[in-house]
Amino acid sequence: MRLAAIDRQLAWVALALMACGFIVLYSAGQTDVPTAGAGVWRRQFIWFGVGLAAAWAAFQTSPRLLEWLTPAIYGFSLVLLIIVLAVGTGAGTAAGSHSWLAIGSVRIGQPSELAKVATVLMLARYLSSRREPPRSLRDLVAPALIVGIPFLLVLKQPDLGSALVFVGVFFAMMFWCGVRPRLLFMIASPGISLLLAFSNVTWAFWIIGFTAVLFYWRPYVLDGLTFWLLNVASGTVAMPLWHRLAPYQQNRLLTFLNPEVDPRAAGYHAIQSRVAIGSGGWLGTGYTEGPQKRLAFLPEQHTDFVFSVVGEELGFVGVAIALTLFMALLLILVRIARRATDSFSSLMIFGIVGILFSHVFENVGMTVNLMPITGIPLPFFSYGGSFFIICCLCLGLAFRVAWDSRLAGYADV
Amino acid sequence: MSAFDSYRINERARVARWIVVAAFALLLGAFFRTQIIQHEKFQLKAETNRLRPIPLTPPRGQIFDYLGRIIAENVPGYSVKLLAPSADSLRAVLDRVARVVPLDTADVTEILRRFRSARYQPVLVFGDADFLTVSRLEEHRAALPGLVIQSEPKRKYPAGRAVAHLVGYVGEVTDGDLTRNRYPGATLGSIVGKAGLEQEYDDTLRGSEGVRYIEVNARGRLVREDAGSASLPPTPGRPVSTSIDIDLQAFVDSIWPQGTRGGLIAMTADGAVRALYSAPTYDPNAFVGGIDARTWRALTTDPARPLLNRAIQTRYPPASPFKLATAAMALKRNLVQLDTRMPQPCRGGMKMGNRVFRCWKKEGHGSLDLVGAIAASCDVYFYQVGLRLGLEAILEDGVLMGFRDTTHVDLPNEIAPIFPASTAYFDRLYGPRRWSPPATVLNFSIGQGENTQSLVNMVQFYGALAGNGREPVPHLVRATAASTRDLGLSDAQLDGLRRSLIAVVERGTAAASRRGDLAVAGKTGTAQNPHGKDHGWFIGFAPADKPEMVVGAIMEFAEHGTTVAPYVVQVLRRSILGPEPPAQVPTRVKIVAPADTAPRTIELDPDSAAARAVADSIRQAGDSTTVP
Repeated sequence: MRLAAIDRQLAWVALALMACGFIVLYSAGQTDVPTAGAGVWRRQFIWFGVGLAAAWAAFQTSPRLLEWLTPAIYGFSLVLLIIVLAVGTGAGTAAGSHSWLAIGSVRIGQPSELAKVATVLMLARYLSSRREPPRSLRDLVAPALIVGIPFLLVLKQPDLGSALVFVGVFFAMMFWCGVRPRLLFMIASPGISLLLAFSNVTWAFWIIGFTAVLFYWRPYVLDGLTFWLLNVASGTVAMPLWHRLAPYQQNRLLTFLNPEVDPRAAGYHAIQSRVAIGSGGWLGTGYTEGPQKRLAFLPEQHTDFVFSVVGEELGFVGVAIALTLFMALLLILVRIARRATDSFSSLMIFGIVGILFSHVFENVGMTVNLMPITGIPLPFFSYGGSFFIICCLCLGLAFRVAWDSRLAGYADV
Repeated sequence: MSAFDSYRINERARVARWIVVAAFALLLGAFFRTQIIQHEKFQLKAETNRLRPIPLTPPRGQIFDYLGRIIAENVPGYSVKLLAPSADSLRAVLDRVARVVPLDTADVTEILRRFRSARYQPVLVFGDADFLTVSRLEEHRAALPGLVIQSEPKRKYPAGRAVAHLVGYVGEVTDGDLTRNRYPGATLGSIVGKAGLEQEYDDTLRGSEGVRYIEVNARGRLVREDAGSASLPPTPGRPVSTSIDIDLQAFVDSIWPQGTRGGLIAMTADGAVRALYSAPTYDPNAFVGGIDARTWRALTTDPARPLLNRAIQTRYPPASPFKLATAAMALKRNLVQLDTRMPQPCRGGMKMGNRVFRCWKKEGHGSLDLVGAIAASCDVYFYQVGLRLGLEAILEDGVLMGFRDTTHVDLPNEIAPIFPASTAYFDRLYGPRRWSPPATVLNFSIGQGENTQSLVNMVQFYGALAGNGREPVPHLVRATAASTRDLGLSDAQLDGLRRSLIAVVERGTAAASRRGDLAVAGKTGTAQNPHGKDHGWFIGFAPADKPEMVVGAIMEFAEHGTTVAPYVVQVLRRSILGPEPPAQVPTRVKIVAPADTAPRTIELDPDSAAARAVADSIRQAGDSTTVP
């Protein structure tokens, strides 16, 4: 194996992101009042080591072997998800949920992170084994099941943020394998119908517009009818479904629309995070100096809201640098997916793009109230073992795929 | 598979790149909006997040007497406050405070109540902590999170009890005061004047609060006590110079008989108040830093009502001192002259309809002129003056002389006297033709009946007698209104009245109070009190030939005006002649004098309507000696 053939761009961007992550995580622990995040940057070094090992192992694994192993990995992760539902414990930012697998009192990890990668692998394997991309509803049943089972299990924990990542992964991989955008739109339409059902007027417009689109596009009759009925159904169950959401979930969605509704409780995170970021200005208040962070006004500043520390202390410039690095990472991964030697590798890498994109967009978006608040970590920045290792693993896979395609001479296609 | 041919996959990769770039542009845009466009707004929010303002109490303006001696000043003191994130944590800290310094459960309840009204501000624990308390708390600071000790100017009244009703006291502004905006510019926690001069001149004395900031963390815990940056020093209040003679005021307090309720006002002839005293008194220093509940309860439940300022807030029947008003009315209307003798000489009483109106002196005074009648305070003479005047004239002139109106002295809550504006009052009260105008006239002419006056009102009237016939506006700092009331008497008439008042002291009812070296003029009075012993009046001025000072006093349950006279004479002597040599400390004068008021009329027909009306009016006059 020639290490010189490794993807240098990916290596630099990944190292830069990890370095930034460490720097910010260290600062997140520097407070005037004791917080849980005080010494976590030291423990993150351990995860860094484990992550490197995972990346190396992934890099060493042939995509063929991986493809062969995929059903076992997927099955294993589903079993873990079921076990965690039965005996899982809550921890840290998600103390009320069953998302942690623990032996005794030692927490091993969050199976949902593994399930994300396992689902990507399984979906890649299924889609690459077919000759044509799914064209109709019938073709979509199997992919929907592959994503749907872990999605529902994670949703049951409950972990809305991670569950939404599965949705992102599904759409990303459907798109990448060549499903027509109009079919993707029809798949998404019941979800849109659900959101618009909060007002009868908007929902009426939606259903009329959607019917017109169906007549114009002329999909298979069965598909068209099913999607139409699904739209109607989701529109009518919207309110009952809303009432079934846990109050904290309702509050999060409501305060996303208007954080000032409840500034002391549910809206607290949204407001404090924006206050910290907004007070940063162009250059920020200075590394480790952010007063909102130091005085612990920032919620979960070493995990879910670690990006607010970037905003407060490093300012808009720091935010722009971090976001540029993330964007570069995703674009590099898209490039690797494009040049992959086989469709399984290509789909797998684009699935990883889906995972990382969902995480970054949701996590960074919620710190500025662009997205509703869900407990979801920021890759390479947030403190946490499972997700960091999974991210490293994904990078290892990407290095392998890039390496393979370079050796195969695909580099300049 | 065809979906992964290089053309199609490049096509999708391009779309994917655009989506990624667009999504990051959206994120960056959101950060640009938050960090750059709305930076000011969030900067401010961040500051208010972590900085809590603590008001800095301004030193109140000093209050000086007419020679620049101090009546009220400021001394350094300490306030102890606690910053707490929640009521429970406050309670826990207070528990620990109670182990170090005394703090009972009533205090804790009060502190918690105050905390709930302003959660995000440090709550006041001790408004006036002494050095020992502060040093004990400092010693245990580590166990008392959120402790804020501040040095603050504290009010001090060196003369204490002697000046209580004069200066009043200070206290924290209440919610009710704030909602009614009684103290413009005051905010929660402000110290404002609650009575007396402190209240009247509060906007001058108070100054404006400063502010300093302390830094707190997300749980409302104190992190840094001096966040420096934007602290604003308080603006001290402006001083107030009064006309008070603090020495005289203290002298009044020293000679006032123990346990006697009443009031005393000493005023120059042009209305500058030199002393204003009410008994029983209290210690205004007890209110500084918040009066403790026990003391407050004692003050408010005491039957003697020490918080009541009897010099301006209590009405008494004016009694004999009012005879000068009757005389002045009659002189003004030329109905009597100084040497007029009445057709009916005093034989100890006067028959009127089916009743006999008696004179206080059973043996009678015989035939007197006006000067002699005033000196002897002969009731029968003034009955006849009253009959000549008629009720309408008495009421009309009484209103003109200010007996229906407050004096507008610059002290808060002066009580308005009761004096009917016209006979319609009696029609309303008793019904037309159910009262007897002649009987009412007789009562009014000797200062009884439906006529009650505050001490300051009567002193104002005597100020006119002492001066040029124009009533001065009593004032401690500056007159609130121009003097408009005029008795309408010639100099000769005024002189005659003054001579008669000198005669009172020289030979008449107050003869026993006479002192050789200072000519004092004055009038005694005994206000009938249906609730107990009669109240005693004396209002006088000196030097009698060219009056400088007017001093009036009322003592409740003193029985006779003659009991009061020596105290007034002593005050006059002190104010004009200065302190007496120690050897000549005035001895209490033994008074042997008869009652100086008309006794109850003898009812010839006890069931008559008129008899009941008179009884009612007496009862009412008595009732009004307590403030409504």
